[in-house]
Amino acid sequence: MIETIRPKIKLLNNEFIQKIIDEALVILEKQGVFVENKEAMKLFHEAGMKLDETAKRIYITPKLVEESLSSTPSVITMYDRAGEREFMVGGDKVHFDPGSAAVTIFDHKEQKQRTAVTEDLIKFCRLTDCLDNIHFQSTGIVSRDVPDIISDSYRMFIALQFSKKPIVTGTFRVEGFKPMHDMLIAVRGSEQELADKPLAIFDACPSPPLKWSNLTTQSLIDSARAGIPSELISMGMTGATSPVTIAGTLVQHVAENLSGLVICQLAKKGSPVIFGGSPTSFDMRKGTTPMGAIETMMIDSAYAQIAKHFNLPTHAYMGLSDSKINDNQSGFETGIGAVIAALSGINVISGPGMMDFESSQSLEKLVIDNEICGMAYRLIDGISQRDEPIALSLFDKFTPETQFLSMSHTRKWYRKEHIFPKIVDRDTYDYWVSLGEKSIADRAYEEIEHLLDENPKCPLETDVLQELQRIMSADAHKNGVSSLPKIYKS
Amino acid sequence: MNKEELLSRIKKAIVEGDKNMAEDLARDAIEKQMDLNEIIEKGYVPGIQEAGRLWEEGEYFLPELIISAESMKAAMRILQPELEKANVKVKSKGKIVIGTIEGDIHDIGKNLVVSMLSSYGFEVTDLGSDVKLEKFIIKADEVNADLICLSSLLTTTMLGQKKFIEMLKEKNLKARFKVMVGGAPVNQKWADDIGADGYAENAMSAIQAVENIIKK
Repeated sequence: MIETIRPKIKLLNNEFIQKIIDEALVILEKQGVFVENKEAMKLFHEAGMKLDETAKRIYITPKLVEESLSSTPSVITMYDRAGEREFMVGGDKVHFDPGSAAVTIFDHKEQKQRTAVTEDLIKFCRLTDCLDNIHFQSTGIVSRDVPDIISDSYRMFIALQFSKKPIVTGTFRVEGFKPMHDMLIAVRGSEQELADKPLAIFDACPSPPLKWSNLTTQSLIDSARAGIPSELISMGMTGATSPVTIAGTLVQHVAENLSGLVICQLAKKGSPVIFGGSPTSFDMRKGTTPMGAIETMMIDSAYAQIAKHFNLPTHAYMGLSDSKINDNQSGFETGIGAVIAALSGINVISGPGMMDFESSQSLEKLVIDNEICGMAYRLIDGISQRDEPIALSLFDKFTPETQFLSMSHTRKWYRKEHIFPKIVDRDTYDYWVSLGEKSIADRAYEEIEHLLDENPKCPLETDVLQELQRIMSADAHKNGVSSLPKIYKS
Repeated sequence: MNKEELLSRIKKAIVEGDKNMAEDLARDAIEKQMDLNEIIEKGYVPGIQEAGRLWEEGEYFLPELIISAESMKAAMRILQPELEKANVKVKSKGKIVIGTIEGDIHDIGKNLVVSMLSSYGFEVTDLGSDVKLEKFIIKADEVNADLICLSSLLTTTMLGQKKFIEMLKEKNLKARFKVMVGGAPVNQKWADDIGADGYAENAMSAIQAVENIIKK
């Protein structure tokens, strides 16, 4: 059998990659990065790096970068809540997860954004759990019925109860790490088991250009020590917070990611790190940060290629749209992004469901995007020979009347060779009319209810649930929050 | 070079964002002992207004607009001390304290607003990013500000805007300081809900919004 090719795209040649890396290393050594965290300053000092304590500026030598790269694992294995199903994050494996931390939900009935409450977050988590092409859960919506101060741990509290999938998340405050870590430990059984079988990825965003805030640095350090993978989310905006050229933004992106990676390795050698980001092509007219811009996707694909050159796991915010409703733009930006991301072999792709510059989640879009992700997976599976000979035997004694529908060969292969979307419209016009002339968003809206009805909830064991409740209420009390929303039971 | 010629060259320097030229012409005007208020009103201001107009028409994008504003600011830095020396009262359009709320270190949008407002003749005190809510009040009191502008890019810090207005009410300062809010997640509805005096979607509309608020 002829080997099946994994389709890939590459936007840079080796010479270009090397030049970008070289410039990034010069920046780290000569210009340095800002790190507004005392513990990290101490770690850099102990590693013999030059630092300017008043300016909080740290200069990182290429040698330390190289050492840090060699101690960073090239593959991370994530596990589901039960600790059974494995997900390899590395190589060219692709996993989609919903775009994270939306501040509103797009209400299909009203066709408007509104703030989300606990019930929405639960529905979102359950829905994500049902969708086969979305491998990871994300703490995708900020629930507005709990005070802001505990909204990070609260998202984790809900996600762990209503989903079995590994979770992509992050802290909103330095103190948020502990309760979130404790919840993960409660599910896994012990700190060691959690480190052995990671259940969550923590995002940490440097502030462009080249600054690690106290919060994000602490998240890197705490995660590294707990064995939790950190996802580095550099987010330069071309011509605004990073150089206007794509290549220039890549230089900054690589410098930021490498400095984050060094912090993780200084905190704990061998700690898991994902080279990621959410850079954008800054719109010079509107002053906005379009995630659906082709240049945004080009930056993503290119930095992932550079990360692969370092043999690191990769992440990007792709497969999302800036549109405000589920329209053509929403579909084509998501589709192009998801396909480019998959062809780039990016391991963790955060995006599905998200619209309006990473600020609004649409459950309907999540269901539509699940099918887009399905197409992307099918594409990267490539074309396989399947049979030897490929087709000659099928044409044995063929006549003009030969048809293939009844052949056993057809029945043998059709499900493997072709995917069957559920809500994409492939009906005849008359049948579509008879079904009520519905748009894909309308069909997705109906599909959500079907999925949630069909798929039972996945309750945690009582003692684990009680422990989660204890951690959550302790965190709430500590922050002066006297009551939490009632979680509906059904 | 006569006055008319100087004024038109000043305007051109601002429209084209030629910072060095804008500064040189300011020095020229000082040397020739011209009426600096007139130089500003008839040279620099029309220049920045023209840049704003080009932006609104879609001819200019942000890089052109921002460099015009920066050129204007650079020239004003040269003219201001001279005006003070001569005891000429500069017509301030209003005093503004601005910053990005604590917990948020994103300040590109806020910086754009600062540039545009100061180039339009507002006295702007920029507190930078990651600013504690109390600090806005202390500073506003110190400079006797007309308006406090709060920026947040993050939804988490956006809630700080609400808290700030509640804080002003508690301290009985709501009537003294007007409040304008902005930032990516902010919209008019939010501004209305929390009781802010104004909201602006971008740096250009901020000028109009500020003028409206201060006039009130």
